[in-house]
Amino acid sequence: MQPNFIIITPQQATSFVVEDITELTLEDLCRACNAPSDAIVELVSEGVIEVASFEQNAPQISWRFTGTHLYRAKVAMRLHRDLGVNFAGAALALQLMDELQTAKAQLQQGAI
Amino acid sequence: MEFKDYYLVMGVEKSATPEDIKRAHRKLARKYHPDVSKEKDAEARFKELAEAYDVLKDPEKRSAYDRLGANYQAGQDFQPPPDWANEQRNQAGQGGYSPGFDTGDGQDHSAFFDSLFRGMGGRGRGQGGSQRSHEAFDMHGQDQHAKIQIEIEDSYNGATRTLQLRVQVEESDGRTRLDNRTIEFVIPKGIRAGQHIRLAAQGAPGIGKGSPGDLYLDVEMLPHPLYRTDGFDVLMDLPIAPWEAALGAEVIAPTPTGQVEIKIPAGSVANRKLRVKGRGLPARTASKMPGDFYYVLKIVQPPAGSEAEKKAYTEMQSAFSTFKPRAAIEALEEALAAH
Repeated sequence: MQPNFIIITPQQATSFVVEDITELTLEDLCRACNAPSDAIVELVSEGVIEVASFEQNAPQISWRFTGTHLYRAKVAMRLHRDLGVNFAGAALALQLMDELQTAKAQLQQGAI
Repeated sequence: MEFKDYYLVMGVEKSATPEDIKRAHRKLARKYHPDVSKEKDAEARFKELAEAYDVLKDPEKRSAYDRLGANYQAGQDFQPPPDWANEQRNQAGQGGYSPGFDTGDGQDHSAFFDSLFRGMGGRGRGQGGSQRSHEAFDMHGQDQHAKIQIEIEDSYNGATRTLQLRVQVEESDGRTRLDNRTIEFVIPKGIRAGQHIRLAAQGAPGIGKGSPGDLYLDVEMLPHPLYRTDGFDVLMDLPIAPWEAALGAEVIAPTPTGQVEIKIPAGSVANRKLRVKGRGLPARTASKMPGDFYYVLKIVQPPAGSEAEKKAYTEMQSAFSTFKPRAAIEALEEALAAH
């Protein structure tokens, strides 16, 4: 009987630092987030993620993102899917999480 | 296997309405969502919650669960009744198609859930309910997430770690079981707190010809007794004597990459930062600069124990007769009084 899963049991896995990635296209983000391009475009317009670079005449095709934004987009999509918040809500949640992170770091540095 | 009380998991009564269940799910999902939760077992609780909601939100699954669960308590040893699968087939399979439930494909559910709602009639995950046909289909496996805690030295030197994963494996008879898989991976040099390591194809298995998902590791830096990080920079408090601060000094101090001789300039004040360039976390890529290392000066005061020590403080007092340690407060009080 043909198994329904691909069973993989490698002993070694290759590590990749997500934040090192640059030059991600809109299509790459859609694939990584398992989301339609409309959703990614909305994340950009809500300010959840930023376009790192683009060409003047061919906006969406030329959009390039970084790994940092890839991860943010994934978190936003999960919040949207799991908690039912819209993208504006996800943007707010991410912004507050950033502020929390900064405040914690400052607390650790003894700055506040 | 243990019986799971889904009502208990969701904190609702058995008589709860669909609205009650939805509300409870939203509330608990916000509390335990791994991206926002501060709870230690958030990931496990969130999965348990998703599984409970999967059953209780669906009238068909809920009534099947209720019929079965009437005689069980949470944690009690449980085996599905021998005629369970057939019974479900009769309940669901009126139209001649394959029976079964929509199992929320790609979700990582417990063995208890699987025994009730999956693999009935020897069929595997992903070919139940929503498909209701014998057509095979392919789906990319879900990405999975975990946190790893690393030492600051791991970032300086790189390190190798092993990780135990619980993975679902399908047996030849179509049933699924959980298996332990050990994988070895590298903690890349120069990684810092808040970054993510991606292990390609180590997430949930794909269905059919679908490729497996990835595993994302959220990097946390464990507290170190001496060092702390701020992005790529590394900081350490350096205690110095008042005369070292006032007159300047040369001291030997540690960094994670070995000792350095550091020059404390005369007239240094508390919390002054002295930089050792490029001795922070290593650069991740050739085009980037490594972080810097900083000593944060902390002035420590010697005790006045012996007569000689007391004399030294007395001499200091007379030498600094014009020094007013509370000058700033006095100035403020005067300004307030003038109002």
